[in-house]
Amino acid sequence: MQYFKKSPWVFHYDGSSCNGCDIEVIASFSPVYDLERLGIVNVGNPKHADILLITGSVNQQNIDVIKSLYEQMPQPRAVVALGICAASGGIFSDCYNIEGGIDKVIPVDVYVSGCAVRPEAVIDGINKALVALESKRTES
Amino acid sequence: MNKVPKILLCLVFSPLVGALIYGLDRKFSARLQGRVGPPIWQPYLDVLKLLHKENLVVHKSQNVYILFYLIFMFFAATLLFAGKNLLLVIFALTVAQVFFILGAFKTSSPYSFIGAQREIIQMASSEPAILLNAVGMYMVVGSFYVYRIVSYDKLLALYLPGFLLSFIYILAIKFRKSPFDLSTSSHAHQEIVKGVTVDFSGKTLAMIELGHWLEIILMLGFIFLFFGSNTILALSVAIFIYFLIVLVDNTFARLKWQIILASSWLVTFVMGATNIVALHFLPR
Repeated sequence: MQYFKKSPWVFHYDGSSCNGCDIEVIASFSPVYDLERLGIVNVGNPKHADILLITGSVNQQNIDVIKSLYEQMPQPRAVVALGICAASGGIFSDCYNIEGGIDKVIPVDVYVSGCAVRPEAVIDGINKALVALESKRTES
Repeated sequence: MNKVPKILLCLVFSPLVGALIYGLDRKFSARLQGRVGPPIWQPYLDVLKLLHKENLVVHKSQNVYILFYLIFMFFAATLLFAGKNLLLVIFALTVAQVFFILGAFKTSSPYSFIGAQREIIQMASSEPAILLNAVGMYMVVGSFYVYRIVSYDKLLALYLPGFLLSFIYILAIKFRKSPFDLSTSSHAHQEIVKGVTVDFSGKTLAMIELGHWLEIILMLGFIFLFFGSNTILALSVAIFIYFLIVLVDNTFARLKWQIILASSWLVTFVMGATNIVALHFLPR
C-alpha cells in the first residue's frame, strides 16, 4: 500500500519570500482548494512532516535554518521549492545577500514555477512530491 | 472465563471505533468550515503512514514513557470493559496521562516543556470532575463496580444531572477541543499548543494517536454509564454529546489557561456539591 500518498503532512517554511507564494500556500488549504480532503495537513513541526514546502530564496541568514529544518525531518522526506525565487533566486538573484535557489543548500525533489505560484500549482507540486516520497520509501 | 475473548475483542475494536469517531469529527469540522474534508478513515491512514516513518529520538527513554502511556490506556480500557472498579479506571487513566507528560518533559525541548506544563493544567482542570463523577455514581448505586453501575435499573442521569453537566463541560478538555484546547488539538496549531508532541515522530507519534483514540472511547464510556440502563439511549446521547462538543469547538476561540482552570473547578464543585446535597435529601 502507498502509505505516504494517502497522508502526507506538509511543513511550510518562508525563506526570504515576498509573501506572495506564502499566501498562495495558505490559500490552497482554504475552503476553495481544501488540501485536507487529500489527507494533507499543515503541521508546525518538522519532526511530524513528510514534505517541506519552501518559498523564497536562500540568503546568508537562513542557510542554517533550512539545513536544520531539513535534518530534523524523519526519513523518508521530500522538498518542494515553490516559486521562481525558491528555484533560482528569481528577481532577487543578483542581490548581494542572496545565495540562489533552495538546491544550493538541500536536495530539492520538485520545482514549482510561478511568481507567485498558483494554488493549483502548489497542489500539483505536492502531488509530484508524493511520487518522490513513495520511491524513497521503497528504496530505503 | 468466557468473558476474556469478549474483552479482548473490545480492546481490539475500541481504538478502531475511536479512530472512526475521530475521522467523522474531522469530516464534520471540515463541513462546518465549508470544506470537503478528509475521508472518515483518514486517522487510520495517518497512523499507518507514521508507522513507516523514521523515529527520531532525543532521549531513548522518551519512547518508554509513551509505551507505558499506551499500556496504561489499554489497562484502563480493559478495566472498564471488564466491569471492574471505576476508581481504578480513573487512576489508570491518570497514570497514563502522567506518563505522557513525563515523556514530554524527558525530551528537554523548550516547546516540549511548555506543552507538558499546559497538559498538566489540562489534567488539573479535568480530574476533579471525573473523580467526583465516580463519587456521585457511588452515592446512587452503592458500588464503584462498573458492572453494578451499568446494570442499575434506573437512569443514573436523572439522579446525577449536575455531575453529567460538569462532566460534559470537562469533556471538551479531555477531547482537546476549543475553547479548552490547551495542548494538542486536531487543528493546525503550532509549537506552543502542539508542544507535548514536538519531539515525537514516527512510531511513537502513532502510539500517542492510538492513545487518543482510546481516550475518546473511554470518555464516551463514562457518558454511557450515566445512561447504563438503556443502551440505545446511552449510545445516542454519547454520540450527540461528542458532536455537540465538535460544534462548540468550531464556534469558539481558545481561552486562557487561568479561565479554563478556574471555570472548570467552579463548574465541577458548584454542580457537584449541589448534586450531592440534592441526593442527600432526595428519597430513593
